[in-house]
Amino acid sequence: MRSDHGQPAPRALSLAAIAGLLFLHVPLLLIFLYAFTTEEKSYQFPPPGLTLKWFGAVWERQDIWNALWLSVKVATIATAIALVLGTCAAAAVARARFFGRDYISLLFILPIALPGIITGISLRSAFNIMNFDFSFWTIVLGHATFCIVVVYNNALARFRRTSGSLIEASMDLGADGFQTFRYVVLPNIRSALLAGGMLAFALSFDEVIVTTFTAGQQATLPIWMLTELIRPRQRPVTNVVAIFVIAVTFLPILFAYYLTRDGDHVAGSGK
Amino acid sequence: MTDVVAGTVHDRRGGVLRRISDTLFRHPHLLLALLLAPPLLWLGIVYLGSLLALLVQSFFSIDEFSGMVKREFTLSTYAELFNLANIDVILRSLLMAVAVTLAAALIAFPIAYYAARYARGRWKALFYLAVMLPLWSSYLVRVYAWKLILAKEGIITWLAGKLYLTWLLDAILAIPVIGGPSLSISYIGTFLVFLYVWLPYMILPTQAALERVPANLLEASADLGAMPRQTFWTVIFPLALPGLIAGSIFTFSLTLGDYIIPQIVGTSSYFLGQVVYTLQGTAGNIPLAAAFTVVPIVIMGIYLTIAKRMGAFDAL
Repeated sequence: MRSDHGQPAPRALSLAAIAGLLFLHVPLLLIFLYAFTTEEKSYQFPPPGLTLKWFGAVWERQDIWNALWLSVKVATIATAIALVLGTCAAAAVARARFFGRDYISLLFILPIALPGIITGISLRSAFNIMNFDFSFWTIVLGHATFCIVVVYNNALARFRRTSGSLIEASMDLGADGFQTFRYVVLPNIRSALLAGGMLAFALSFDEVIVTTFTAGQQATLPIWMLTELIRPRQRPVTNVVAIFVIAVTFLPILFAYYLTRDGDHVAGSGK
Repeated sequence: MTDVVAGTVHDRRGGVLRRISDTLFRHPHLLLALLLAPPLLWLGIVYLGSLLALLVQSFFSIDEFSGMVKREFTLSTYAELFNLANIDVILRSLLMAVAVTLAAALIAFPIAYYAARYARGRWKALFYLAVMLPLWSSYLVRVYAWKLILAKEGIITWLAGKLYLTWLLDAILAIPVIGGPSLSISYIGTFLVFLYVWLPYMILPTQAALERVPANLLEASADLGAMPRQTFWTVIFPLALPGLIAGSIFTFSLTLGDYIIPQIVGTSSYFLGQVVYTLQGTAGNIPLAAAFTVVPIVIMGIYLTIAKRMGAFDAL
């Protein structure tokens, strides 16, 4: 959509938009400030003094490293599963109209449209019934389930704007289905898959509700944080970890944005 | 692509792959089935299977003496949902979800509208990232940030003191029901954190819907003599509505089921998610926990049906 021939936005609208954005960002900035505070026991504002010692304290905490490593492993495998399943699903839904298509797309959205606690408790009770031991793999199972939709959405958007005639042309030139996939389809959807994969990774890396239900004794980084929030040992250490988590999720988002920026979100790209 | 030269393809890859490919090409339904099978099996078995297992358990009951689950069909567990205390929890969660959704729509709309109609080029990108970043940055970190802000010794109390507005803060905290000893122990606090955490989910679909409004429709409206206000209410808003509804699916559903936010910032009275969590954990009453989860499933079922009718799924 064009702007109204270059007219500036009404003042009230600009103010409301800026206020809204400030509401979204000021709390995140505060976390940064609190990571340097010398006050250990309370949430006193302004901080009585600033220090760098908490960064060193984090570095030496083995429990944090363990949690981080577990989170990275879970997120990597869940993302890999989601990439395969989400792409298959998107390819099927984008190419063909078939009976129950709407219900299938609803099914893919359901794990994030229903509250996480429902996914969590259903998986937990199912594992219990089947006498599954809670392990690394039960966490992965849960995470992959809700990561599928992220990949699915990204891939579907790209499939929709990839012209079908490209595939026909490839077939006409004598390529078989696998070659067409490798040389024509994949290069077209590659960046959307990468974006979806990174968002899935960020989602899994951050997931706490489903994880509390599907983990046994294992603590992912969010679980570690949750325990610290409820029973704090060293408050500023949590703040430092929080900064780290923001940094880890910020980079994939930025990258995912640059991969999909021209095209998938273009004005008027909708039907 | 250039290395697939028509002539060489046949020679290099005759054989099995070519035959499989030909078969799939001649039977598009087979290809479709092969593509759909893995994700459907996964979601069907892991996800729907678990949901069904949970549903079945809601028809069991718990033996009051032994505390064991009795595996016999009964509706008595559902009857328990209608206890005064349980109805109270459900209503409280519903009211909170409605309040959060309405407030989110109110705050999200100007941001989405500005981003869709006025922001250009670099600014547009910046706007988009400014909304995406909080959406994807850690949920717990964001909840925690508000714990810092709302705490009694936190920044709001400090700010109120500096601005000589402590009386106002005290007055707000003195309001019955929604007030409390400090902002971090009150419904106001819980509401603010919910609103903050789910707001980006409302902005993005609304912005997407607004961007799809064709410019010539607005010009036509103006040419036909509509005032900007009329154009807004009769053209822009109805077209943006599917986006708002799509966003509300998330804000509503996520508020309804969350148990961490009211635990970290809030009063001692329970929300739906907390009850479910306690029932399945310490209380060990899986049947009642299962019956409780049916409540948001039913509510979301109705919600999604209405949303689908209003075209919200295309705006997702």
